[in-house]
Amino acid sequence: MSSTKWEVVIGLETHAQLRTQSKIFSDSSIAFGAAPNVQASAVDIALPGVLPVLNREAVVCAIKFGLAVGGTVAPRSIFARKNYFYPDLPKAYQISQFELPVVVGGSLEISVGAGDTPSQKTIHLTRAHLEEDAGKSLHEDFHGKTGIDLNRAGTPLLEIVTEPDMRSTTEAVAYAKALHALVVWIGICDGNMSEGSFRCDANVSVRPFGQAEFGTRREIKNLNSFRFMQQAIDYEIAWQIAEIEEGRKITQATVLFNPDIGETRAMRSKEDAHDYRYFPDPDLLPLDISREWVDEIHAQMPELPQAMKARFCTQYELSAYDASVLTASREMANYFAATLRSLLSKGIGIIKSAEYPSAEIYAAKLCANWVMGELSAHLSRDEIELADSPLSPLMLAGIVSRIADETISNKIAKEIFEALWQGEGVDADTIIDARGLRQISDVGAIEALVDEVLAANQKSVEEFRAGKEKAFNALVGQAMKATKGKANPQQVTDLLRKKLGG
Amino acid sequence: MTQMHTASLAELSAALNAKKFSAVELAQFYLSRTEKLDGDLNAFISTDMDKTLAMARAADERIARGEAGALTGIPVAYKDLFCVDGWRATCGSRMLENFVAPYDAHVVELLNAAGMVTLGKLNMDEFAMGSSNENSYFGAVKNPWDLSRVPGGSSGGTAAVVAARLAPVALGTDTGGSIRQPAAFCGLTGLKPTYGRVSRYGVVAYASSLDQASPMAKSAEDCALLLTAMTGFDARDSTSLQRAAEDFSASLNQPLKGLRIGLPREYFADGMDADVRLAIESALAELRALGATTVEVNLPNAALSLPAYYVIAPAEASSNLSRFDGVRYGYRAPEYKDLNDMYAKTRAQGFGEEVKRRILMGTYVLSHGYYDAFYLKAQKIRRLIANDFRAAFEHCDVIVSPTTPTVAFPLGDKTDDPVQMYLADIYTISSNLAGLPAMSIPCGLGQHNMPVGLQIIGPWFAESTMLNVAHQYQQTSDWHTRLPEMAR
Repeated sequence: MSSTKWEVVIGLETHAQLRTQSKIFSDSSIAFGAAPNVQASAVDIALPGVLPVLNREAVVCAIKFGLAVGGTVAPRSIFARKNYFYPDLPKAYQISQFELPVVVGGSLEISVGAGDTPSQKTIHLTRAHLEEDAGKSLHEDFHGKTGIDLNRAGTPLLEIVTEPDMRSTTEAVAYAKALHALVVWIGICDGNMSEGSFRCDANVSVRPFGQAEFGTRREIKNLNSFRFMQQAIDYEIAWQIAEIEEGRKITQATVLFNPDIGETRAMRSKEDAHDYRYFPDPDLLPLDISREWVDEIHAQMPELPQAMKARFCTQYELSAYDASVLTASREMANYFAATLRSLLSKGIGIIKSAEYPSAEIYAAKLCANWVMGELSAHLSRDEIELADSPLSPLMLAGIVSRIADETISNKIAKEIFEALWQGEGVDADTIIDARGLRQISDVGAIEALVDEVLAANQKSVEEFRAGKEKAFNALVGQAMKATKGKANPQQVTDLLRKKLGG
Repeated sequence: MTQMHTASLAELSAALNAKKFSAVELAQFYLSRTEKLDGDLNAFISTDMDKTLAMARAADERIARGEAGALTGIPVAYKDLFCVDGWRATCGSRMLENFVAPYDAHVVELLNAAGMVTLGKLNMDEFAMGSSNENSYFGAVKNPWDLSRVPGGSSGGTAAVVAARLAPVALGTDTGGSIRQPAAFCGLTGLKPTYGRVSRYGVVAYASSLDQASPMAKSAEDCALLLTAMTGFDARDSTSLQRAAEDFSASLNQPLKGLRIGLPREYFADGMDADVRLAIESALAELRALGATTVEVNLPNAALSLPAYYVIAPAEASSNLSRFDGVRYGYRAPEYKDLNDMYAKTRAQGFGEEVKRRILMGTYVLSHGYYDAFYLKAQKIRRLIANDFRAAFEHCDVIVSPTTPTVAFPLGDKTDDPVQMYLADIYTISSNLAGLPAMSIPCGLGQHNMPVGLQIIGPWFAESTMLNVAHQYQQTSDWHTRLPEMAR
């Protein structure tokens, strides 16, 4: 969505459900999909007399996040009560953090646009704070009444708030994707958007280019897919611009996106906004986080995607695009790294091309090509997750190493990949032997073959001599076909040139 | 023969272990006394003979096995905001009239484990809000010394049953004086521990940062025994203190020679009745005779305690009581139009006047635009008050004052004037704000032959010192052994 007259301003608030064993203030499980209210303890249903006890693991998640975004992990933060009545909020207050959040500041780099040179942008974070989720109100199947399921009540959330730094829907979605990748990468959130583990609220406003003040914003609640986010913000921007251009004023409001009709609708205006009467929760002590604790967690942090991407570019001389694809998720990066490790341990034989200054760089390029090419294509073709790939990194490295040592051609390698993908055989070598796919590299054998091909294709030879380069390719193709692809294509090419005097 | 109703806990325990009587007989004795006398007092909300006798039988078996502790077989009663598994916990409110607790409070777990026998649940000001026990949905509790007078509040039932000897000890809570003021009005020994000593888990909250479960007893010695059993770290309460177990009975017999008693100038200024002043002065003379010295100390922010309390406590209460919304348990209005109407009618009908007044006050002081001027300022005052005490304890070991400015007042006397009612807690509130331990012991009889209470405030964790002072005083005085007419 773009306009030459109107500048879009977007800030996002994201609720990431933390991957703890139990709830943030009770010992109930947070597993998804249990029967209603079986994961609701005395604390979760707010019986008289019960008290909250902070889950240490939730704090560890918040610290990891603070470190990952380069924010400040607050040495002291405070839990506050946000008071409002709703049937799925058992205490009639939500325990959250208000004045002193656990993480302050930090930023996230996003890439906007595709191709090898996407533009980079820094999105600044205002804060991230810990809080508990509410339960669920179920309005269907209760014959006009509302059902309450408190399994979700007390689920730990990290609410991550950005500055109003984004200037387009594309940037907002890019940020949401980068944040999603990061929280999954550092293991604090499972990222499952359909189960509500990662959901965003978008604050959207527009202003004429050049105007310093922000326009009046409307907040789109609960966007739980990147596609809906794209649609909702695009719709909202168009709606706001149309309203202003038709002489109406935007009033501050909370809106919901209806994906069925692709529109946003106001839920409540600022006038109906609650006064939440925040105050420090007297049942919980201030959360004091020592430098030592932060250091301890810091030492256990995995390499972060940005750093890994930069390393891939310098250490392996991969393109920025390849590096970002390979670091798009920790699973992908781990898969690539494991494949590369396995390949290097097998040893790279000959490096033919001067393109590759070292065996490592050659091996990395081969692995990158196969992970991003054949593997990714098969994953998306069969709609399966990387974790469920029939090919382990070890199996893929087995294929790639046979390309590297010229046992097989690329074409044969793809055939082997498909076979392994279908569950035939345990590794590349068994399939190569079983099917007799070993590449013919014996110069004598190839020479005899080339002679046969030249004799059988006199027409192509004449065409080539007449200057048709295409005819040469046809001859290579014939030679390869005659060996069922097992001939070394480079050798075939070289020999043909020699024989044709070309 | 040990008199069951006047014997100390140690004497009762000795008699139980010597098989002079059984725990069942002891429980039956108190149940029948309650049957006879509680019609006048209205101190119990729930009794359950089957449950009580089952516990007593279990205690007898334990005694027979030779596994009895100091409290095994001793009956106890709980203010009706303690959750006791299988018993109602009404909090003196229509809102929870039929709420049966499905779990035990931490302190109840401890006393059950000690082998104490639950006699029942006690009347109280609704949700612990009040100073006269007239704010109960279950009706006012009467003072055993004079049935036309209040027993104090909010632990009025707790005080009434111990004063009338319907229970040898009982538990209450103290948020602004709710154990000490009724102890004073009923001639008893009651102690509010240092904040965090006793877990609040399972004790229905009024004001979380001030509430402490507290023992009520006939003497300091009994109080010490019960307190020892009540205290201990509980991981389910984040404000519970991690401290080594302490035996509060261990140092009751230290001589008071050299003890420095601080007398706050501000508490001895105008405002206390002459009969109260007289009783306090003679108690101080007695303490000096025991070797203590007195020194004047200053608590310059004392006058701010009451206003600060009536910001902080209602603020916390307004939030704590929000869970009583008619959705999951408790009272729900029988008829309503929609969700908001259900909330409004449920809470309008389920809560009494004083509770609604404090919810309104608390909601107001937390509201946008008022938070800084009221709540935040009150929290700052709270810090100043704690600092005052810290400075005062540089010059003294304990602070002594009257517990209340007057003796127990007649029922209905202050019900139309909330501020007059609030002033009944003028001397007790500051120790809650500072988190300090404080107790009240009987030190005389004033007007209308009503008991007068002496307050002893200690530094944080000084319960042993305070109990030592109280016990030594009770060794040379007999005010704590006086019985109201109806209890003899």
